[in-house]
Amino acid sequence: MRLLKLVPDDTNIQFLKWRQLAMAISILMIVASIALVAMRGLNLGVDFVGGQSVRVEFTQTMPPIDEIRSKVAAIGLGEATIQQFGSDKAVSIRTALPEGDKAAAEQAGQRLVAGIKAAFPTAETGSVETVSGKVSEELLRTGALSLLLAMVAISIYIWIRFEWQFGVGALFALFHDVALTFGFFALTQLQFDLNIVAALLTIIGYSLNDTIVVYDRIRENLKKYRKMEIIPLLDLSLNETLARTVMTSFTMLIALGVLLWVGPDVIFGFTAAMLLGIFIGTYSSVYMSAPILVWLKVGPDSFVPRTVAGIEGGERVERKDDGAVV
Amino acid sequence: MLDFPRWKTISISIILLLGVIFSIPSFLPERTLNSLPSFMQAKVNLGLDLAGGSHLLLEADIDDLRKTQLTNMEKTVRAAMNGERGPDDDIAIGELSTDGGRISFLVRNQAQLDEARDRLFNQTRGAALTGQRDWNIDIVDTTRIVMTPTTAGQTQAVAEAMDSARDIIDKRVNALGTREPTIIRQGNDRVVVQVPGLQDPAALKELIGKTARLEFRMVDPNADLNEAAAGRVPVGSEIVPYAPGEGNGAAFEVLRRQVMISGDQLVNARQSYDPQTNEPVVTIAFDSGGSNTFARVTAQNVGRRFAMVLDGQVLSAPNINEPILGGSAQISGSFTVASANALAISLRSGALPVKMAVVEERTVTPELGADSIRKGAIAGIIATVAVLVFMIIVYGRFGVYANIALMFNIALIIAIMAAFNATLTLPGIAGFVLTIGAAVDANVLINERIREELKRGRRVFQAVDVGYAEASRAIFDANITNVIAAGLMFWFGSGPIKGFAVVLTIGIITSVFTAVTVTRLFAARWLHRTRPTSLNI
Repeated sequence: MRLLKLVPDDTNIQFLKWRQLAMAISILMIVASIALVAMRGLNLGVDFVGGQSVRVEFTQTMPPIDEIRSKVAAIGLGEATIQQFGSDKAVSIRTALPEGDKAAAEQAGQRLVAGIKAAFPTAETGSVETVSGKVSEELLRTGALSLLLAMVAISIYIWIRFEWQFGVGALFALFHDVALTFGFFALTQLQFDLNIVAALLTIIGYSLNDTIVVYDRIRENLKKYRKMEIIPLLDLSLNETLARTVMTSFTMLIALGVLLWVGPDVIFGFTAAMLLGIFIGTYSSVYMSAPILVWLKVGPDSFVPRTVAGIEGGERVERKDDGAVV
Repeated sequence: MLDFPRWKTISISIILLLGVIFSIPSFLPERTLNSLPSFMQAKVNLGLDLAGGSHLLLEADIDDLRKTQLTNMEKTVRAAMNGERGPDDDIAIGELSTDGGRISFLVRNQAQLDEARDRLFNQTRGAALTGQRDWNIDIVDTTRIVMTPTTAGQTQAVAEAMDSARDIIDKRVNALGTREPTIIRQGNDRVVVQVPGLQDPAALKELIGKTARLEFRMVDPNADLNEAAAGRVPVGSEIVPYAPGEGNGAAFEVLRRQVMISGDQLVNARQSYDPQTNEPVVTIAFDSGGSNTFARVTAQNVGRRFAMVLDGQVLSAPNINEPILGGSAQISGSFTVASANALAISLRSGALPVKMAVVEERTVTPELGADSIRKGAIAGIIATVAVLVFMIIVYGRFGVYANIALMFNIALIIAIMAAFNATLTLPGIAGFVLTIGAAVDANVLINERIREELKRGRRVFQAVDVGYAEASRAIFDANITNVIAAGLMFWFGSGPIKGFAVVLTIGIITSVFTAVTVTRLFAARWLHRTRPTSLNI
C-alpha cells in the first residue's frame, strides 16, 4: 500500500526569500486589526459589559430582526443587541445593565424573559444570563490579565529553553496571532465573551506548539551545520518540518471543521476563532518567528557555551566594552 | 528508546486497563450505574451548560455587615455600662455616637474611666491568630472612650459571617428539594450556588435573596402619622416603611425601637392557611423564652397593635385582641402559597448574617443542554473517525498504533476526570477535540521524523529509535507551554474557561503518555518480533 504524503519528499521552498514582503503584510494586518478594533469596536458579551442576555429559539418561523428589536425595546430595558446563531431559528437578545439600584438589576433578567415570552408566545428561552457591572469588570480584567500573562510566561519559558532571540520571536508571533483574532472579531462583530478568551489562550498554545517545533529544528541544525549561512539554514529547517506542520494543521482543521459544521451553535464563535487561529498560527510560525531570528542575528554561536567557544576558536571571541575577554 | 523491561510493559498495561475500566461508568445510564460497586460509580459531572440548571453568584453587602457590627457593639456597650450588681454598679455615659464607623461616648464620672475600659475590653476578642483584638479601645481627652474596629477584626467578622451565610443558604436551597446543589464560598465575600436541572431561578432567588431578619415590635400608640411624616417622631420610636403591596394604602408605621421578639427565638415556621380568610400565611412557633415574652407583652398591650417586621419592612400590624398564649403566631401579608413557603423556609434556616445580592446569574434549560450534548457528541465522533482514517492513510501501521493510543487517551481523560469528579462543560468538549489534535500532533512529529531518518539511510530499528528520541524533545517543550497556558486559564479564568483548562491539562498529560510512550511500546514489540528490513511509513 502506498501511503499518502501531503508534502512530497525533497520539498525545498525558499520561504525566507519572501520575508520582507511577508513581514510587510503581517504588520499591515496587525495595524488593520488594531484600527478595526479601535473603529468598530468589539461586540462584547454580557461577560464583559454586564447586562442580561437571553437565548431565544423560535419554534415557528423567526420574525424579522427589526420586529424583535422593536418589541424588545418596548419592554423598557433599552436598546437590544440581537445576534443570530448560525442557521438555526435562534437569536441571542442582549440588553445593557439597567441603571439605578441593585434590586432593579436583579430583576432585569426576569423582566426581559417575561417580556419576550409575552411578545412572542411560541418562542422558547433556552438560557438566561445576567451579569452585574462589578462582576463583568472583574471578568474583563482577569481575562485580559490571563492573556497577557500567558504570552509573557510562555516567552520567558522559550527564552530559558532556547535563547533570548527565540523568546522575542515567539512573543512577536503571539502578538500577531492575538491581534489578528481581535481584528476578526471586530470585523465580523461575532460576540466576544469568556469562551473567546479561552479560544485565544488555546490559539496562543497552538501557535506556540508550531513555533517550538520549528525552533527546535533550527537549534538542532545550528549545532549540526556550523558553517551554513543563516538564511539557507532557516529555509532548510522550515522545509524539514513542513510535512509535520501541514499534517497537524490539516488534522486540526478536520476536527474543528466538523465541530463548526455539526457542533452546538452555542460555541460557534469559539470554534470559528480556533479555526482562524490555526491558519494564523501556522502562518506566523513560518513567516513571523523564523525571519525575526535573521534580524536578531542568531548565529551558530547562539547554542555554544561561550567560554568553550573562546578557548576552541579565536575568531569567535567577543570583546566587551571594558576590554575583558569573555 | 526501544527497550522496555518487563516491569515497564506491565505497569503501562495496568494504567491503560485502569483507564478503560474507570471510563466505563461515565457512559452508562443512571440505572445501570447504581447496580455497580461504589468504587465504580464515579463519573464525569456535566456542567450546567450541558445538564441545564441555574448558577447564581451572590455577593455580601459588606457595608451592611459593618453597620450591623457597629449596632451590635453599641448595644453591647450600653449593656456593659449597666452593671451586673444593680444600679450602684452602673457607669453613667453620654453623647454616644457611631459616626464614622467608630463608637465614641463620654464617661460622666472620670473615676470610672478605667473600670469602663476594663468592662469593654472583656467584650472584645482576639482576631484569629493576628495577635490583634477585634476592636481597639482608646481614651481621648481623658473623658471619652473611642472604639475602632481593627482591620483584622473586620476580616474575621466577614469570614465568620460568610461561613454562616453559606450554611444558611445551603439549608434553604436543600429545602427546595432539588438534586445535588453546589454551594461554595468564593473569594472573600461571595457564595456560588449551582442547582442542576432548575429551570426557573426566580423561586431560588426569592429564597436566598431574603435576609429573613424577623422582628416583632410594638406600634407606638402615641405617635401621630402626620406628625411623624413631617419628621417629628416620639423618642424611642422610628418610622418603618411598609413592604411593597402591604399596609392598605399606609406607607409606614411608627414603631418602638425596642424589639419584642426576634427571628432567632423561633423553633419552627411553616406555610399554612388563615382559618378565616383562607389566605396563605406563615405559622411560626416560638421557643420557651419567646413564648413567655410574647404572652407577657400581648397581655400587657391588649387593644394596641404590634408589627411584624421582615428585613426592615412592615408586613402587617394587627391588633392584639387578647393575650396570645401558647407561643405560636401567624404572619400574614399578601402571600402566595409559594412566597409563604419560601418565607417559612427562610425563617426556619435563620436570618442571614449579612445582606446578599445576586451579581451574576446564568440559567440554561435542560433542553438546550441536551441539544448541546447531542451535537457535541456527534461532532466529536465524526471528528475522531475522520482523524483516525486520515492517520491510517498517511502513516499505515504507525497510524494504526497512533489510533489505538488515541482511543486509550480518550478513555484515560474520562477516567481521570471521573476520579477527580471534574466537570465537563461545553468548552470542555472543545478542549477534548483539541486534545485529540495535540495527541495526533505528537505522533505526526514522531512519524515524520522516522520518515526523515529512513530517508537519510538509517536502518529501520535505528530510524524508529532516533525518531522517538528527537521528536520527544519538541513534544515536551510544546506541551509545557500548553500546560502554562492551561494553568493560567485555571487560576484566572472563571466558569467556562476553568472547565476548558481542566480538560486541556488532563488531556495534555495523558496525550503525551499515550502518543509517545504507548505507541513506542507497540512499535518496539513489533520491531523486536518481526525484525523488518524495510518500513512503509
